[in-house]
Amino acid sequence: MSQSTSTMGNEKINTSRRKFLKTAVTLAGATIGYTWLKSTQVLLFAAEPKDESQPWYGIIIDIQKCIGCGNCAKACKNENDVPREPFFFRTWVEQYTVKNDGTVNIVSPNGGIDGFTQAVPDEEIFKSYFVPKMCNHCSKSPCTQVCPVGATFETPDGVVLIDEKYCIGCRYCVQACPYGCRFIHPVKKVANKCTLCYHRLKKDLAPACMETCPTGARMYGNLRDRNSDFVKYLKEHTTQVLRPHLNTGSKLYYNALSGEVR
Amino acid sequence: MEPHYQHLYDILAHAQGYIFPNEIDLQWGILIVVYPFITGLVAGAFILASLERVFKVKILKPTYQIALLTALSFLLVATMPLISHLSQPQRAYEIMITPHSSSAMAIFGFVYLWYLAVVLLLEIWFDYRHSMVVWSNEKKGIMRYVYKVLTLGVSDITPRTLKWDRKLGYIITVVGIPSAFILHGYVGFIFGSLKANPWWSSPLIPIIFLFSAMVSGIALVMLVYMIVSFIRKKSIDLNVLDSIGKYLFFVLILDFTLESLDQIHRIYEAEESFEIIKLLVSGKLYLTLFVAQGLIGTIIPLITLVFLQFYKHKIRLQKTMYFVVSILVLIGVYSMRWNVVIGGQLFSKSFSGFTSFKVGLIGLDGTLMAIFWLLLPIGILTFLLWLLPPWKMVKEEE
Repeated sequence: MSQSTSTMGNEKINTSRRKFLKTAVTLAGATIGYTWLKSTQVLLFAAEPKDESQPWYGIIIDIQKCIGCGNCAKACKNENDVPREPFFFRTWVEQYTVKNDGTVNIVSPNGGIDGFTQAVPDEEIFKSYFVPKMCNHCSKSPCTQVCPVGATFETPDGVVLIDEKYCIGCRYCVQACPYGCRFIHPVKKVANKCTLCYHRLKKDLAPACMETCPTGARMYGNLRDRNSDFVKYLKEHTTQVLRPHLNTGSKLYYNALSGEVR
Repeated sequence: MEPHYQHLYDILAHAQGYIFPNEIDLQWGILIVVYPFITGLVAGAFILASLERVFKVKILKPTYQIALLTALSFLLVATMPLISHLSQPQRAYEIMITPHSSSAMAIFGFVYLWYLAVVLLLEIWFDYRHSMVVWSNEKKGIMRYVYKVLTLGVSDITPRTLKWDRKLGYIITVVGIPSAFILHGYVGFIFGSLKANPWWSSPLIPIIFLFSAMVSGIALVMLVYMIVSFIRKKSIDLNVLDSIGKYLFFVLILDFTLESLDQIHRIYEAEESFEIIKLLVSGKLYLTLFVAQGLIGTIIPLITLVFLQFYKHKIRLQKTMYFVVSILVLIGVYSMRWNVVIGGQLFSKSFSGFTSFKVGLIGLDGTLMAIFWLLLPIGILTFLLWLLPPWKMVKEEE
């Protein structure tokens, strides 16, 4: 190395090259270090929280605990003034029945509010379970990305909300949500969806659906608080988000999620 | 029970399999089918006009102004189906003053304005300025002032200025071609960029939109040229039709290839959405995809256009065939828009079922409204052809 620089006979280049190498090594080291640090974060956080001083809300739904009573969907409609008609839901419950022949029967009559019956005869059932659905409060949410006026936004604490006074009703967000969580409110004529009961959350009250769940199948918590029961649950259970390949940064983690569920 | 809900209960009764409860109501109806159809006609008509100008295809000269005015007429209406489809149309301006930078839709207003104001209006103005100055001197009464206003007070028609008119018009055409590509490729991107919907999400969609736009625009100009000649009792120049027909054939082949590639790719990769899409195309979209778009809109026109390149006997028959081909192609492209927009919403994102779609007749997003938005540009075109008749333009020596 020193030989090659001396043959060039230029001291200036020599120092600048050394400087360059130094910078390059530092940058590479920092990048690798940072990436390693970040990769451990990615396991827990769907994306980087924006504001360190705020909580970063996530949701857990334990499929093994859901009994399909539909109280959550009912409570949500009561709490959030969602129209009663069976076309508008901020949360709903699906009943999956995998038959012995491998086919899957999915139903959600009136979002599960009136409870469920099993239409498939017992001897044909391989397995059956309930899956509550709600907004995934994605941190890379496709609905926020596509809103042409920015009426949909992510709060610093990780909740996806809609500014009803700003929404132009183009419905692009409804198209962009892979989970079918959005609808156009028939009276307000703007996009509508689960707010994680943000009005309750800000008063340290649990969202209505979670408050009412008799089995505690739904939980919410601060993903940033590593010592909380919420994060401990995530550590001790094998959880999965819906449609991970779409990389929406979903913060709704399902425990015991079966492969049939979309 | 409100009538709106009754309509939804009817759809619920016709839903098949499992759909998410919020998916019963189709979000984008017939107006959003009309919107890409209209913008496609604009882009296509403009590209045909540019062919004549930039590549100096002399034979297309009689269609140049017709194509430009057709593009303008449809462009003026292009945003209307969009705005009338919004559930808060009075807030539409927000998209211009507070556009959200990550939204594909937010840029539409700017792409649109660029295309309207910078490309089309300027090109037409430079093209017609000489004639408008002459007409403002020749005409009497109010029309004299109308043309005077249209010249924007630039009444200099010395050869040097006219040369500049031509030069600037040429530059705008050159800028206009990529603009037309952007305008319609962009409309495709609005659909193609939605990862939630496997029927839309494809990098080929913008290109397919672009080529189908060119197909529809070329067919429309051919049709307008024939109708205008018929109304003016002038004979239709068969050489013009043959020439447009040749372009139509090549673009249609490209369009067909791209769309086939898109489908073959889907079939071969057969991702998780494959089963539901297979059911979609073989069921609810069968008539509009295979019959209207494939057979009527593509295969029959392609065969006819090949035939017309060789068949040179009965002139009347040839003209009739071109007339029919242009209508078939327009039906085909409209069906393509339908298949994309409506087809993409018929299956559930749970990939486990279908909702159904019934077009309403009345209301802001009903069939009558869609027909109105399709007829309005024809009305505007009639007016523009009367105001700025290409056949009465002042001839310039090149």
